[in-house]
Amino acid sequence: MKDFFTGVRLGLPVVLGYLPVGFAFGVLAVQAGMTPLAAGMMSYFVYAGSAQLIAVQMLAAGAGVTGIVLTTFVVNLRHLLMSAAMTPYVRTWSKARLAWFSFELTDESFAVNLGRFASHGVSKGEALSLNGFAHAGWVAGGVAGALCDSALGDLSFLGLDFALPGMFISLLLPHVYLPRRLFALCLGAAFSLIFALLGAGQWNVMLATICAATLAAFMPLPGTDKRRPGTQREAACG
Amino acid sequence: MAELLPPEQLLLIAGMALVTYLARVTPLLLLSSRQLNPHLMRWLEMVPPAVLAALLAPEILLRSGDKGEQLLFLSTDNIFLLAALITFIAGWLTKSFFATVAVGMGTVSLLRWLM
Repeated sequence: MKDFFTGVRLGLPVVLGYLPVGFAFGVLAVQAGMTPLAAGMMSYFVYAGSAQLIAVQMLAAGAGVTGIVLTTFVVNLRHLLMSAAMTPYVRTWSKARLAWFSFELTDESFAVNLGRFASHGVSKGEALSLNGFAHAGWVAGGVAGALCDSALGDLSFLGLDFALPGMFISLLLPHVYLPRRLFALCLGAAFSLIFALLGAGQWNVMLATICAATLAAFMPLPGTDKRRPGTQREAACG
Repeated sequence: MAELLPPEQLLLIAGMALVTYLARVTPLLLLSSRQLNPHLMRWLEMVPPAVLAALLAPEILLRSGDKGEQLLFLSTDNIFLLAALITFIAGWLTKSFFATVAVGMGTVSLLRWLM
């Protein structure tokens, strides 16, 4: 029971962030033609803020299912890395618990859980309670947004359409402190703009990500890395 | 039922849920005893900054022209660009997800009211 309340306390800042962004998703989803039930189900089953907001933006622009799913795949590739970074802490958990834990792995729950594991040790109860609370907050925000839209009409004065750029900015900031990641960031932005201006349509993000990540990962950057690419220690900091 | 949940939307949710879950669950289930290839790890480490910047840049720096073509939008009329600058500063100072997004939406709301 103590673990449950600690998890809720740790999850509170995450939920405070999820409610308005989730709400924005709900509103935009209904505006893009999704039913409130579909919006709620997407928040529960996909549970990935950036991907969901991009999906409704693409839906509104008339994109098809395949394009949206492929974009989701690329956008959420970053979870591979977070999931891999979690493994040292949860090695002893059962497969079933890991399967559930990874269902609720988001950028924010990852950051809070990892910080807590490192400072206070691993507690299954705390981690699952934190994750469940954050997940519930995300779904509640989405459902409220989906139902409010039909009731309230034009909500553009709220600035909800900036939820997505705002979220990208807060997720980007931790990467600006490491030179190689900052380089990947600048390349990603530049390639994306160039591809979009050249008329790549919805593919600019995927193409830009692949080009930028490949260049940034394997190009020698003088003065940034003392270690050569691909050594054991390099792998350990991923 | 199709009114509440059209089949195409159900298919979209299932597809998105599947690719998202695969990315989240695979390393945790498979890597408990092994390490990923160092080159792959190094590439994956660059994906988050690259993909987030690739998503953000067009949102704040481009606008659609009359024929749907993309154009650079560098102007003081560009509300998203102004809001992004303020949001960056807010995020830098507060390091809080909630405060960063709230400042961003608040700025857009305020600029729309002013302009």
